[in-house]
Formats: sequence, C-alpha cells, structure tokens
Amino acid sequence: MTSNPPSSEVVLEVDNLVKHFPLTTGVVIKRQVGAVQAVDGVSLQLHKGETLGIVGESGSGKSTLAKLLMRLEEPTSGQTYFHGQNIYDLQGRALRELRRNIQIVFQDPYSSLNPRMTVGDIVGEPFDIHPEVAPRGQRRKRVQELLDVVGLNPEHINRYPHQFSGGQRQRIGIARGLALRPEIIICDEPVSALDVSVQAQVINLLEKLQDEFGLSYIFIAHDLSVVRHIADRVAVMYLGRIVETGSDTQIYEKPTHPYTQALLSAVPVPDPSVRGQRQQIILSGDVPSPANPPSGCRFRTRCWKATDKCAQEDPALTIRPGSDHESACHYAAVREDVVVHH
Amino acid sequence: MATTQAGIAPRADQAGTTPLLEVEDLRVEFRTRDGVAKAVNGVSYTLHEGETLAVLGESGSGKSVTAQAIMGILDSPPGFVTGGKVRFRGQDLLTLPDDERRAYRGRSISMIFQDALSALNPVFPVGWQIAEMFRVHEGLSKKDARARAVELMERVQIPAARERAGDYPHQFSGGMRQRIMIAMAIALDPDVLIADEPTTALDVTVQAQIMQLLADLQRERNMGLILITHDLGVVADVADKIEVMYSGRIMEQAPVHDIYATPAHPYTKGLLESIPRVDLKGQELSAIKGLPPNLTNIPAGCEFRPRCPYARDICKEQRPALQEVVPGRFSACHFAQEVLEGDIEPAQQ
Repeated sequence: MTSNPPSSEVVLEVDNLVKHFPLTTGVVIKRQVGAVQAVDGVSLQLHKGETLGIVGESGSGKSTLAKLLMRLEEPTSGQTYFHGQNIYDLQGRALRELRRNIQIVFQDPYSSLNPRMTVGDIVGEPFDIHPEVAPRGQRRKRVQELLDVVGLNPEHINRYPHQFSGGQRQRIGIARGLALRPEIIICDEPVSALDVSVQAQVINLLEKLQDEFGLSYIFIAHDLSVVRHIADRVAVMYLGRIVETGSDTQIYEKPTHPYTQALLSAVPVPDPSVRGQRQQIILSGDVPSPANPPSGCRFRTRCWKATDKCAQEDPALTIRPGSDHESACHYAAVREDVVVHH
Repeated sequence: MATTQAGIAPRADQAGTTPLLEVEDLRVEFRTRDGVAKAVNGVSYTLHEGETLAVLGESGSGKSVTAQAIMGILDSPPGFVTGGKVRFRGQDLLTLPDDERRAYRGRSISMIFQDALSALNPVFPVGWQIAEMFRVHEGLSKKDARARAVELMERVQIPAARERAGDYPHQFSGGMRQRIMIAMAIALDPDVLIADEPTTALDVTVQAQIMQLLADLQRERNMGLILITHDLGVVADVADKIEVMYSGRIMEQAPVHDIYATPAHPYTKGLLESIPRVDLKGQELSAIKGLPPNLTNIPAGCEFRPRCPYARDICKEQRPALQEVVPGRFSACHFAQEVLEGDIEPAQQ
C-alpha cells in the first residue's frame, strides 16, 4: 500500500450489475410472485494494486456481489469486465483462465477448510484443476513455499485443519487463495471471526502480500475501522445499491450520505475520552426487506431527511454540489459532527 | 420483589457500601478427555449498584465461564467450580442448595446471551416466553402475565408489541430478538444484569440501538451491569471499570479512562495497539505475536510471557499476582510500574 501506490490500470470494471432471486409460489406450476433484489445496479472499478473496501450491513448485498464477481452466480443483468472482457460471456478454457485470476478468502476459517484434508491437500487442490501452474513433481515444494509466505511452518504440511488456531486457519485459506497467483483476491469478511490480537496479524499479512505480488483486493467487511485501515477507496452499500463511494478520507472524514453518516456514528470508538463528544445517530427500525424495497430512495424509510421527493425519485449516484465524491442522496451534505477527529 | 431506589446511585469508589456482587478467587475447570482445562484461575471482582463493569478478553480467556459460574448455569460435568466465592449482597451463592439458589436467578442476577436465536425457544411465541417469567416466578394468571409481557415488549421498543407477542422467534430480526431476550432478562427487575457479548452478532447500527437500550434500562433501574465483550470500542463507550482477562486470570483492572490512556499491562497495551488507527494508516499494525496458551497446559510463570515483548527471566519463574500499581489500578505484571510509565524496553530475544 504505502510502497506500491495503486496504478491507473483498471483490472475489473463492474457495470450496472443486477441480481434478483425469484420468489415463487406453487408446487407443480411455479409462478413468480416477486424477487429478492439482492444486488440492484452496482457499478464500480478496481485498479491494479488497489484495495477497494465494501462496507454494508447484513442484507446489503455485499456477499452476493462477491459471488457475482467470482461468477459463482449469474447476474440478472449487467456486465463485469476483467481486463476488458465480459466475464459472463466466457466459457470453457477462457472461463477456467478467469477463475485462476480471481480468488476468494472466506470469513469463517472453520467451515471453509475441509476437516478431512491435510493442509498440503487443501492448499494444493487448486493445482488439480489448473495443473499448468505447478507441474506434478513440484507441487509439494510449491505448497511449502506458500505456507512459508503466509507465515506457517512448511513442515506442517501434513497436519489437519483442527490442529491449527483460527488465525492460522485463515492463513491456510489465504495460502489457498494465493496458490494460482491470481490478480484479484476477494476477501469476504476475512478477519471478522478472529480475535483482536490475531486480526492485526492477518491484516498485516494481507498488506504484505499485496505489496509483494501486486494484488488487487476487494475487501468486504462490516468493521469500518479495519476497512479504513486497509482500503484505498470505499463503497458503502445499502439494500443492494452503492449509496456513497470515494477515497477512504472522503468517506470517513466528509461523508455526505445520511446512511454513511449513521453508520460511522454508530461505530464505537475505542477511546473513552471522546465519549459524549460526537453525535451518535441512532437509526430507528430495521433494514427493509430486499424483496420489497421502498420506492425511490431505499434508505428513506429510516432517514431523518426524507421528503416526498425521496419517495418518488430514485437518487442517482453522482457527485453532488458541495462535495467531491459520489453520493446517492438528493440532499447530500457533509456532516462533520459524526466524525471523530484526531 | 427486590427493588432498588433510583437516583441515589452509590458509585464504585464509594467506600463502606456493601457491593452488589463480589466474586472472590473464583476457580473453574473443565475435566475433559484431553485433560483438565483450567478455564478460570482465581478471578475476583466487585460490582456496585448502577455500575458498568466490562470484562474484556479474547476467546478462551474465561470471561464467559466466569459469568456462567456466577449465574450457576455452568455445564457440569465437564465444568466444575473448584474454589472461590460469589457473594450477592453478602450471601455466598456457591454454598446454597440448588432450590435456594434458583430464587436468585432471574430475580437478583439475570443474563443475556450473544445468540438470541438459540437462547429463545423456537416452538413458543415470544410473548408466551416472556409471560412465563411472571407465571412461574410471580404466580400471575395467564391473562395478567401476558399483559405484563406486552408492556415489557413495549419498553424494549418492539413496534406493534401487542400484535407481535404471538409471533415466534424466527419471525423477528436479530436486533428484535435481542430485545426480546433483554425483556425476559429484566422481567423480574434484577439487581445485576450480565450481558455476554450482547451485540457481537449484530450490525453496527443495530448494535448502537441495543447498547442505548441497555444503558437506558440500567439507569432507569439502577442495575449493576456486567458487560462481557472482546470489543474495545463498545467498552470505551459504556464501561466505568474494566477487567482485562487472559488465560483465566485478570491481568489488569482499572477505571476505563486510565486504562485506555496508560495501560499498565503488556497484554492490554498490545490489544490497544493492535486496533487500526487513522493516524497510522498505511503502516503495519502492531500485532501481538503468537497465540493464547492452551488451557490444559498453561506455562509456568506469567501466562502472557511467551507473547510478551518485555518478558525477562523472572517472568519465566514467577507468576505475577494482581497488585495495586497506583491507587485504584491493578496489574498482574512484574514490570507494571515500568509499563505504566512507558519506561521499559522490549527484551532482547
């Protein structure tokens, strides 16, 4: 991050991506009665060597977005271009090639590793599908190198996942993600399941690997302070849409969307001396169901600024007057009392 | 029913008052196939009316087991309380027979859990489950109990409480379920509420709602609140006093402001330094190296020594006791004074 500033080369471009899961009734004759609008018109760009943070609460569609980018789900509409090529058009060999280049690290290091496989088998499994990356005779050596890179003892290659702690397991997951030398790694809540003292170790590792291999990360998390630490740019999602996006400083210091402001103000600050010094916005109620999102602006049902206009007109994600980054709010305005200044 | 007077809240540092809850040298072990895991090894703390005590620790530090032992809901076997006292207003609960102890549960001390979905019974409506508290403990009629349940649901801000009382736990969102559990916990107006990671499974905006609700209820009823968490942010927002646990022992105990400003134990210092901070963006986070010890085989000497950057020879031989460093602040480190004053260099390794 510090040593390798992200370049302007775009590796991944997402254009108006939509994923609706149909809701059906009827046993024999199925009839569609609606759709869960998990991702509804998301556009973003990822540059080489960059970390794009995606924050949002449960139900915001961030994990569905990750699956779409991995092509584990087919979109309802929209495109994702990897080096200019629409990934949803790819088939056969070209698709396999793509899969090599976009890898994922999952949240839960307990359920994402097969308990019956040794670490060597887990980390080496990608080579079964992509034998061109490591010839048969060199696999073991390659796996040991990977273990070394992520800070595990290469001699532990024959151990099983249960012999490792949570943090070590996450390192195994990262080694597996690195095995095929991908360009992009999608990190879906990679440190949420870990203890604080171990979390820092894994974040440091991810940053080190990015510098070393020139990786681009899409870093999905609900922990805003972790995202702030690691991300170059941040996109805030709410009910399937990006409501605000900008550099980390723009989002954290000068948020303009009411949802971003509420989210930031809700994060507890680990410093008792700022207690009572900042405005905490307590949102009422829960996130509406994505099967039946509100008309117009999706945040309006919980927003203190909402007017009739918000119910009728869907606010576009554009740069608003008085601000230098994109926000999807008719009344976008910088509000500083929710931000902790240092 | 035990009632407390609001408005005259004795504070923690008020000498002479009998504490609400005193835990003294509590020890718990789990006898498992793989050996005896010493989960809690001599924990002591006190809680006063209206006070918020945060118990901070990572997984395996013994923070939840301590709470379970206080509540008397430890799974036994394999868990056994092997020593110590838990006094509620002077009465040692550990020596009471089961039926007498039950009278304290819910009425004097009550608890909420992290995972509301598994703590609530899936086959009964939530209103019925809250009402059960009144039927069983206070002998109210079905109708009266139900009315009280709806009142409580309104108090914890569940919208359309009357209509929703007939709904089942799975029909509620995570935040609403947590509110229902809070309603059950405060039903009998307890003096002590233990909240075990109450917001860990929730989104931040919902976490803020729940923490606010807990703070309001505590103020309104002058409850003593024990907040068990691993989140340094939540602690900084609400706690009066902090106990930092590691490997079944208290490593540091101090008022909240002091501990964040000047930690007196290397573990606390390491935890605070490993939080991502804005002014250090782009730099490597300072992580605590290594892993917490295996509880079946805790190393001799200081438990934190294998991970401690300041460890010296004495740390290998002697386990440091929790001692007062400056008035009101306790630390279990041989070099507590030096750590507190920032006057110690990392050891040569």
